Amino acid sequence: MDLFSNLALGFGVALSLKNLALCFTGCFIGTLIGVLPGVGPIATIAMLLPITFGIDPVGALIMLAGIYYGAQYGGSTTAILVNIPGEATSVVTTLDGHQMAKQGRAGVALGISAIGSFIAGSVATILIAALGAPLTRMALLFGPAEYFSLMVMGLCFAVVLARGSILKAIAMILLGLLFSTIGTDLETGQERMTFGFAPLSDGLDFAVLAMGIFGFAEVIKNLENPETRDVVRQKVGRLLPNLAEMKQSALPIVRGTFLGSALGILPGNGAVLGPFASYTLEKKLAKDSSRFGRGAIEGVAGPESANNAGAQTSFIPLLTLGIPPNAVMALMVGAMTIHGVIPGPQVMTKNPQLFWGMIASMWIGNLMLLIINLPLIGLWVKLLKVPYRLMFPAILLFCCIGIYSINNSPVDVAMTAFFGLFGYALIKFGFEPAPLLLGYVLGRLLEEKMRQALIISRGSFMTFVERPISAGLLAVAVVVLVVALLPSISKKRNVVFTE
Amino acid sequence: MTILSRRTMFGAVAVAASLGFAGAAQAQAYPNKPITMFVAFAAGGPTDVIARIVSEHMSKTLGQQIVIENVAGAGGTTTTARVAAAAPDGYTLIMGQMGTHAAAPALYPNLKYNPITDFTPIGIAGITPIVIVTKKDFPANNLREFVAYLKANPGKVNQAHAGVGSTAFTTCVLLTAQIGVPKLNAVAYRGTGPALNDLVGGQVDFMCDQVTNLTPQILAGNIKAMGIATPARLPVLPNVPTTAEGGLPEYQISGWNGIFGPKGLPKDIQDKLVDALNKALEDPTTNKRLADLGTVIPNAQERAPAGMAAVLARDIALLDKPLRDSGAVGQ
Repeated sequence: MDLFSNLALGFGVALSLKNLALCFTGCFIGTLIGVLPGVGPIATIAMLLPITFGIDPVGALIMLAGIYYGAQYGGSTTAILVNIPGEATSVVTTLDGHQMAKQGRAGVALGISAIGSFIAGSVATILIAALGAPLTRMALLFGPAEYFSLMVMGLCFAVVLARGSILKAIAMILLGLLFSTIGTDLETGQERMTFGFAPLSDGLDFAVLAMGIFGFAEVIKNLENPETRDVVRQKVGRLLPNLAEMKQSALPIVRGTFLGSALGILPGNGAVLGPFASYTLEKKLAKDSSRFGRGAIEGVAGPESANNAGAQTSFIPLLTLGIPPNAVMALMVGAMTIHGVIPGPQVMTKNPQLFWGMIASMWIGNLMLLIINLPLIGLWVKLLKVPYRLMFPAILLFCCIGIYSINNSPVDVAMTAFFGLFGYALIKFGFEPAPLLLGYVLGRLLEEKMRQALIISRGSFMTFVERPISAGLLAVAVVVLVVALLPSISKKRNVVFTE
Repeated sequence: MTILSRRTMFGAVAVAASLGFAGAAQAQAYPNKPITMFVAFAAGGPTDVIARIVSEHMSKTLGQQIVIENVAGAGGTTTTARVAAAAPDGYTLIMGQMGTHAAAPALYPNLKYNPITDFTPIGIAGITPIVIVTKKDFPANNLREFVAYLKANPGKVNQAHAGVGSTAFTTCVLLTAQIGVPKLNAVAYRGTGPALNDLVGGQVDFMCDQVTNLTPQILAGNIKAMGIATPARLPVLPNVPTTAEGGLPEYQISGWNGIFGPKGLPKDIQDKLVDALNKALEDPTTNKRLADLGTVIPNAQERAPAGMAAVLARDIALLDKPLRDSGAVGQ
């Protein structure tokens, strides 16, 4: 019954008028920056950090956390409406979400992603409260070898993501992997593939790549024939999912929540894999997988739940161990230390008000986000009615501001423009950008973890199969790959036979 | 020390003369607009935290806001080079640290700045002692056993660090050079967080890093501390013996963060900044916030320009050979 008294303490803290106001402020700012393409939670939290100096640590962290998970809610909005993923975790949402918008079901897509996110957020909050500490111990079993195998599994998912040719999808994944090796080598400090160009020495930024090949390229493509783009805006349709759509989404939301929660706990930003894994699972479980990529609601409900669940559970390593699993959490560590709270295993016992207050505020924040987001859907959908000649300069402008704000670097903006042209070429040749982004996101971790594992094992590749968790993950990867490739192989055989 | 301050004086006079009357008038009004303090690392990191805590109080003394700007890249050297080339008007400063100023010359052959001659030192803002830690089930229980184990098991021990050029990397290179076991399996991680995660998880054997990062895990028993590289024990870790107690007195190294301006900063501006830094470090609230992190507050000498210059020169000399011998070279 400790849990209940702790939660009571937490809600006591989180429900104070001031903390409610701070939670709302955080969620609202988070929604806004999530909606603005390119402006990510990292830049925003860094900018707002000094403003929180005057607030007590609990309030400050409640607000900053609100910005983070609020951005996950908002990020899906741009993915659905304008096909621009604001975060690595919303790449998958563009696949079916934007298709739904094109069919006049933008409201339904936004609605289901808000509802799915709320359910996922609530479940994940309970997980953190009830099982935070034991889950942390389990996550510590994940060493470099396990992580490498997990990434291999993730890459096999990417093959399934492809809407068209599997060969082209694999080519895109490999290109993404190649892009991820640009920059300073972690082990030796040598520069690779930078061609002596200093801004490349830290590698490509995810936002630069994503805004370029998704955002800018999409704008160029739409400008090519503005008529078709303007057809989309005529159809608005219902704003909320109906009962049949809710039923269709129920199980994907549940599955997405658990996949996302499990991957979110892992150190080293396992949360990015959640939406990809969920999408793959839903596509495989669907009776008619050909609907995916053409506006299947499960392809929005599952991944959106997974990404929000992952965003919440990635607080677990931070809160129970004091070790940040990703860049946003590293910023939260900074925020804690600036406020005089030393992050570490002691936070739970030394600052129970902070620990439980934050957890309680996460649930309250999710409820607030649902309340903020549902009425906003009408507004977002109306945005689609804005003529494209007015929309696209605004999209480009916000993208540029967002990209500039990451590193305060004009070179990044120029590089995004370059990737815009590159992405346009990809669209023209029928290559999908989503597998490229997944390859890019996983590539860096893949290489890093493989080298770490091999250094630890003194160069023995057996380490990946000798360790049981790692071996299990590799086995799943093989199964996924075989299942993905078999239909296309058998189909080709049929083609051969009919000729 | 006198030679150094005289040299700075001379530099200041020369610059004041070259700028003429306008420069002097501007300096009198300093600061009349917000000051940018660059942090060459991501927000939330140890350097950023110290910069924010110290600059908050310095802003009060100076009557102008100090704005922290985080521009990370190439181990912090890009931003450091940018500040070195900035106008010496006191509105562009950098929170430098051991990596960007003491270790960079040995690591980056094409470094675009000289950490001593291209900067005007203000003073050290915080010192973060280095502690040697192992995973909790490591066979050794103290520094003597640790050194003996390393020597007896060459090639069997894995050391984690936070990337080439990081404090964890630099201080460990010095340690292994001094012990005489240079051929260790060094596992690079992207930052202290992931490295520490795998140390707590028992995937790697040991690391050296700043107390600020390690104290909570040591106190919780998630990792074992072998020794702390300071002359005396630290109040936050009273049970951790010093390296001298553990039979390795030559291993004396601390991470530090210090404020630098571009070279040729006028003397009166430098004085104002030194004064503001001193007031910040003497302020009980600021002082306590830094101390709670495990940061050692620099003494009167270290927080003055000449004192920081001396620390910088000492560390460059100390780290140069071990780093070059380690074969790690950035671009």
